[in-house]
Amino acid sequence: MAVNDAIVGWKTITWGCHVLEPGNSAEFRTGDWRSQRPVVDKEKCIKCGMCWIFCPDMAYSQDDEGYYEADMEYCKGCGICAHECPKDAITMVAEEG
Amino acid sequence: MAKRIGVEVSIAIAEAVKLAKAEVIPAYPITPQTHIVEHLSEVVANGELDAEFIPVESEHAAMSACCGSSAAGARTFTSSSSQGLSLMSEVLYIPPAMRLPIVNVVANRAMSAPISIWNDHQDIMVQRDIGWIQTFAENGQEAVDLTLHAFRVAEDRRVSLPIIVNIDGFTLSHVIEPIELPDQEDVDAYIPPFKPKYKLDPRKPITMGPVGIPEVYTEAKMLQDQVIKNSKKVILKAWKEFAEQFGREYNPVETYRTEDAEIMLVTMGSISETAMTAVDKMRDAGKSVGLVRIRLWRPFPGPEFRKAAGKAKVLAVIDRTLPPGALCGPVGAELRSLFYKIPGSPKIFSFVAGLGGRDVTVARFEEIVEKATGYAKKRPKELYEVIGVREK
Repeated sequence: MAVNDAIVGWKTITWGCHVLEPGNSAEFRTGDWRSQRPVVDKEKCIKCGMCWIFCPDMAYSQDDEGYYEADMEYCKGCGICAHECPKDAITMVAEEG
Repeated sequence: MAKRIGVEVSIAIAEAVKLAKAEVIPAYPITPQTHIVEHLSEVVANGELDAEFIPVESEHAAMSACCGSSAAGARTFTSSSSQGLSLMSEVLYIPPAMRLPIVNVVANRAMSAPISIWNDHQDIMVQRDIGWIQTFAENGQEAVDLTLHAFRVAEDRRVSLPIIVNIDGFTLSHVIEPIELPDQEDVDAYIPPFKPKYKLDPRKPITMGPVGIPEVYTEAKMLQDQVIKNSKKVILKAWKEFAEQFGREYNPVETYRTEDAEIMLVTMGSISETAMTAVDKMRDAGKSVGLVRIRLWRPFPGPEFRKAAGKAKVLAVIDRTLPPGALCGPVGAELRSLFYKIPGSPKIFSFVAGLGGRDVTVARFEEIVEKATGYAKKRPKELYEVIGVREK
């Protein structure tokens, strides 16, 4: 028999396909179709926060030292941060495998 | 006691919506539906009906507002027709999937071009697969009764689906008929207050209408199909209780003089009244003719139709739309599927009549029966024939 890739049955799916639990989109991993990832060169970075401002998915956050890093659970690899970085500190690197 | 009064059918439908105590009415006027929403806006403005009447900027907005108000738990009504119904189309698919029990009376009208404000069934047939329960009224009283029935069925939690009540534009909408409007207390007893299973409530947030990824979508659609099929039980029970409450009986399929009839006409909507007159005339002339009328179009009442018409030798099916390039009209196609390869089932011939307000007269029904009789002996080349079309 062919493999069934359904994650829910028609008899067990929620009423009207409603999502009955609020706020659970945070649990949904959305960064797994990325084809390239941003890599920040901390030597060049001036902590200006342009990447954080421009990221359309709000994937960037500041670490303890003030550098910006993208959360790979949510980064889609669009490359806007690399394009906007005034110091060319961000390089887009192809995801392997 | 309910009184029988002479009243325009559109006004009577609006009065039925008032009796049903609709709470939100987002609507945009379009001929021939206009009088329904016009009268409703009046009864809301006069304080006779405690409802929000939302004069929206388009039918797309009307149906969007309907989804919002129904999701918030309000009894919701709208009405449309033709181009307006098509402008709603993008949104029409959403309430059945989200289980929002909106009631929509559609005054059936032809589609442009050429521009036609007159009656046929093309507007609703292009919306055949939107997933709404769909009924067709034959006369003004039935239009009122089906509207009340629609609220009762739609909001039943076992159903929780939107319903379209089809009424023929002008033929029904603009005609004054003797109609019995039921008493408020009887309607209150028949239609209990709307208590949705889920509603949009900031105190208990839920998400309606999320993305259905490929691993979920098929299951969501399968469930939707099962829900509308299972709704038939509730539809039938609500008609039975309607008969007990108001004394008028309705069935998914009605028959007229079909006892031992060899040929049966199949119709939907108001032309059925003319068809009955035609059947009487042909019966008087010794022809074995009867009439089967489909009242419930979605979910399609297959077993009921087979029971009503299965013994006929010939079915002459009348479609009031001409889908260009199709094998035949939607009603004809449905019945051919229903009887396909069933031994001893009737021969089915499809006719297109009554487009864009063209009258379907007694003489036309006689012509259809005559042609179907001939086709039973010699099969026609095409699967359908356009009736009453002038060549030169």
